[in-house]
Amino acid sequence: MSIAVTTQIICFSVLSLVVIIGALGVILLENIVYSAFLLGGVFMSVAGLYLLLNASFVAAAQVLVYVGAVNVLIIFAIMLVNKKEDLKAIENIKSRRIISTSICLTLLSLLIRVDLSNIWGLAEPNASIGEESTVRIGEHLFSDYLLPFEVASVLLLMAMIGAIVLARRDVMNEDISTGLPVDQELIEKPNEPLLIKKN
Amino acid sequence: MNLESIPLQAFLIVSSVLFCIGIWGLLNSRNAVRVLMSIELMLNAVNINLMAFSSYVDNNLIQGQVFTIFVITVAAAEAAVGLAILLSLYRNRVTVDMESFNLLKW
Repeated sequence: MSIAVTTQIICFSVLSLVVIIGALGVILLENIVYSAFLLGGVFMSVAGLYLLLNASFVAAAQVLVYVGAVNVLIIFAIMLVNKKEDLKAIENIKSRRIISTSICLTLLSLLIRVDLSNIWGLAEPNASIGEESTVRIGEHLFSDYLLPFEVASVLLLMAMIGAIVLARRDVMNEDISTGLPVDQELIEKPNEPLLIKKN
Repeated sequence: MNLESIPLQAFLIVSSVLFCIGIWGLLNSRNAVRVLMSIELMLNAVNINLMAFSSYVDNNLIQGQVFTIFVITVAAAEAAVGLAILLSLYRNRVTVDMESFNLLKW
């Protein structure tokens, strides 16, 4: 990348601050709608980090898939299930919080120690292909990664059909009031919960 | 400060912090949608790691970028199926509280 190192460092600091503060907001904010929009911001900043790493194609894919598809899907799901409910209190929530936080902090310190102490075998910066990465990704996808590429298309088809089957509601074959058979699958069964607790 | 470029360790630390935030959210959220969001955060942390290594260690073949594309594909499929499961759970239980999803408890 041809921009100056100082500019790169400033961009990196701003982007990583947005990523980390946004991620903290995603898990800590009470209102889940705010969390969803902050998640979009985190995805955009991660795309910016990819641009700093000379990967314009993956950055575009990140924006298209994560911000354009996954985040919108999450917002739709929130819209469909957003019901104000008073959550039941858990008895020993404090000890649970302490245990999970200590697990996370331990894992974090372990990971950071590995990051800093290991000697990474860095490549020559001059060998970098830089902005040619899109061409190289295309070559990979159609030569040595051809099989995973095709399997990914089957996986996407399976996910699409699975999502439709899981989220579909049962429909009635006859009208409730007249008893006549209906062709259009528009009249839905009343929403009766199947798995309500017995007691 | 005299640097030729951003060190690799900076990217690795950002991704480690993001991964741990994701795990914390996964363990502590009561809302099922937030659990799915935490999973997406963790997947993004892994992607940052792969991209950083592909740029610093394997900057000629960039296989890490190809892997990142596959991870993005799988994450999109996972989000679609996960939210569909969540919708059908919500239809049957009328709640998104993780504590009430105890069908597999013996």
